[in-house]
Amino acid sequence: MIGTFSYAKFLKFLYSVAEAERGWEKSGVNGKLTAPLDWLYGLVRLPGRRIVTPVVNQMREAMATLARLQARSKAVGQQYYFRNSVVDVFRKKENDAAVKIQSWFRGCRVRAYIRHLHRAAIIVQKWWRSYLSRQHYQLVVKLAYYTMKMNLYNEMAVRIQRRWRGYKIRKYCFDYFYLKEYLRAVTETNDAIRDALEEFAEMKEREEKKAALEREEKKRDYQARKMHYLLSTKQIPGIYNSPFRKDPDPWELRLQKAKPLTHQRPRVKQKHSISLTSWLACTSNRSFPRSEILPPINRKQCQGPFRDIAEVLEQRYKPLEPTLREAEPINELKEAREDLRRQEWIRNVNDNMFLPFSSYHKNEKYVPSMHSSSKYGPNSYGCQRFRDENPKKWICPKDFQTVLPSFDLFSKYGKLYSKAGQIV
Amino acid sequence: MSQRQVLQVFEQYQKARTHFVQMVAELATRPQNIETLQNAGVMSLLRPLLLDVVPTIQQTAALALGRLANYNDDLAEAVVKGDILPQLVYSLAEQNRFYKKAAAFVLRAVGKHSPQLAQAIVDCGALDTLVICLEDFDPGVKEAAAWALGYIARHNAELSQAVVDAGAVPLLVLCIQEPEVALKRIAASALSDISKHSPELAQTVVDAGAIAHLAQMILNPDAKLKRQILSALSQIAKHSVDLAEMVVEAEIFPVVLTCLKDKDEYVKKNASTLIREIAKHTPELSQLIVNAGGAAAVIDCIGSCKGNIRLPGIMMLGYVAAHSENLAMAVIISKGVPQLSLCLSEEPEDHIKAAAAWALGQIGRHTPEHARAVAVTNTLPVLLSLYMSTESSEDLQVKSKKAIKSILQKCTYLPALEPFLYDAPPNILKHVVGQFSKVLPHDSKARRLFVTSGGLKKVQEIKAEPGSLLQEYINSINNCYPEEIVRYYSPGYSETLLQRVDSYQPLAN
Repeated sequence: MIGTFSYAKFLKFLYSVAEAERGWEKSGVNGKLTAPLDWLYGLVRLPGRRIVTPVVNQMREAMATLARLQARSKAVGQQYYFRNSVVDVFRKKENDAAVKIQSWFRGCRVRAYIRHLHRAAIIVQKWWRSYLSRQHYQLVVKLAYYTMKMNLYNEMAVRIQRRWRGYKIRKYCFDYFYLKEYLRAVTETNDAIRDALEEFAEMKEREEKKAALEREEKKRDYQARKMHYLLSTKQIPGIYNSPFRKDPDPWELRLQKAKPLTHQRPRVKQKHSISLTSWLACTSNRSFPRSEILPPINRKQCQGPFRDIAEVLEQRYKPLEPTLREAEPINELKEAREDLRRQEWIRNVNDNMFLPFSSYHKNEKYVPSMHSSSKYGPNSYGCQRFRDENPKKWICPKDFQTVLPSFDLFSKYGKLYSKAGQIV
Repeated sequence: MSQRQVLQVFEQYQKARTHFVQMVAELATRPQNIETLQNAGVMSLLRPLLLDVVPTIQQTAALALGRLANYNDDLAEAVVKGDILPQLVYSLAEQNRFYKKAAAFVLRAVGKHSPQLAQAIVDCGALDTLVICLEDFDPGVKEAAAWALGYIARHNAELSQAVVDAGAVPLLVLCIQEPEVALKRIAASALSDISKHSPELAQTVVDAGAIAHLAQMILNPDAKLKRQILSALSQIAKHSVDLAEMVVEAEIFPVVLTCLKDKDEYVKKNASTLIREIAKHTPELSQLIVNAGGAAAVIDCIGSCKGNIRLPGIMMLGYVAAHSENLAMAVIISKGVPQLSLCLSEEPEDHIKAAAAWALGQIGRHTPEHARAVAVTNTLPVLLSLYMSTESSEDLQVKSKKAIKSILQKCTYLPALEPFLYDAPPNILKHVVGQFSKVLPHDSKARRLFVTSGGLKKVQEIKAEPGSLLQEYINSINNCYPEEIVRYYSPGYSETLLQRVDSYQPLAN
């Protein structure tokens, strides 16, 4: 509004200038005619400003005037020259002044416009930014509240977990008291085991010692038997019984107790078996046959009231002659039966024979035997024994077994080695 | 020529053969004669005698062959190449017990040398006849057959499998139950040889019911039998957890602990091997052993013997301690640590030392309590010297370094750590300083002691690359002390002070 106002003022000024020029044209000054026109247009065409129609019309009028002036160009040319030469003196100064005025004016106008824009922008931005930051603030507050809440929850959870984990671990995993108890128990077991093993070792040691002592004793005994001839006699004291000593040597006592060693008969040498038995452990003495010592064949008759050697050997190596009782036992049948039963048991044959069906006997009639069917009753011959006379005195209901003793006299008559009973 | 004279010729011939064979058999007992016999072509002469009409000569020829083959593997190979084995195998089934024994002896002598020779025996089909011999009535024959089978099975898993496939295991288990001690011994040894190769073979032995019978005989007074029994049990138990549990279920504890007190060294060794093989599988089995007092018994056993006999016991302690901290604590309260450190210092051989170092590392690596128990026995300097010594083997060095590291990383017992500041190499010093840096901020007494004992001074002298872990540790130690103290103990501080004295201008009045 300010702009338009000043613009009208400026146009008035412009007209006055044009009037002045018209005055100059009338005076017939010659010159370039396009320059004022441009100047005029330049003034009118300010940036962003529409050219107002009346102004244009006025300009057209001015242009018409200009055309008229051109028509009279010759006179105007001369006048122009003349006037220019007069004006030239002031032209520079005026131009500068105009430029200054214009620049000031334009600057004012543009600044005003920019200021206006700024104000508008600031208003828009202010509102927008306030909106944004309010929104942001809401968010921040929400977040802070959430964080605070979560922190508290976490802290509380940690507290609970701490307690619980500590309790659990102490109770179940690293139970200090349990561990202590366990270690104590292990120590006790260790002590007990150590004691037991010590005892065991000692026992072994004792046994070993005892065995060694026994061996030693045996050896000494054997030595004593071997040196039995050193025993002192009534006449001569032995070397262990020195007369210059108060007590005899302990060996003397040992010798007294010992039995003198008799001469051993030279053993029959086993030539082959010695080399065979001495081989490595896979063969041993027990599995090879020893040569049995047979009775010597050609022995001389001993001096004295002895029997013939052949007779003696015959007696010694004679085969077994069982008595009649042994050879023909009285319960042969029973034993044979027993034997058969045993045989069958070994052979594993079924004892239970196949029996006929249970209804087989049903229709059978009982036929009494001749003895039982007699009307005189059973006869008692051969059934009665002397034992039956007084059954009250029986110890057991079973009958006695009849045993027939054999007579040695008959079975061995003439075969006896001893001649004591023989009638000369 | 009368009949008598004709017969006399035969008799002489027979006598000469007998004499020859007997002499050869006798000469073959001495190693110095063997070469001569071999050069004289004894093999080719003995072979026909194996087919002699007189049984005695056959047997003695087989015996001589066995002795020759027993001597070295060249002769054993000669027996194989001479095609004697099929003959022996054939007659093994046919002849009397003396001959069987001699033939089994030859097979054993041949098979013991190498897997190839044993394979040759298997290829001859000897296994089936040997297994039949196991059913023989005579214990001597059984013994010889079991021995031969054991020597064949000893070499590798395939041969053992062949023996198992021949059906020897149930019969060997029967042989264990025989009254003869020698037979028992050899049958147990054969079972041990069979089961040592693979879990499957051990499982077949277990399936035959061997464990119950073996476990019964642990208390047998015969030491050699005990050795074999314990060896067989440990060979069975070593393969898997299941087998070890089967062995344990035969209630061998605490009976087997008495074997640790035995007079015989090898009984001790095998008993500790058995315990080790059981303990190494799971924490539960170890716990069972510890609860039965096994740890104490083994520790006593270690104390009572020397050298290689100790090794399985030492390893057993290591295995037990490695399983869990409670078990390691149980080893500690059974007084295991002093015994192990004794082993570490007094054993001359490196591998035993290495085992002891490893066991100590396993004991000390669990908690500060454990590490302290190891450190108070003054073991760490010994370990360090073993690690630093140029004479010790590579394995020992590695093991002792590992042990030192694992103990140091848990150790908070400063008096034991202090000497390490002075004589430890940088890679170990790092851990020592680290331990100090962890302990000192929390322990005022220790801080004081650390200064007075000169530790702080030593720490200042350590050259550490800036930014390294060691430097960090040193910094955190320095942060525990006021700056003057740190500066006072820094090297070169006195010179700086003197320089200040030099440069000081007294106020001139």
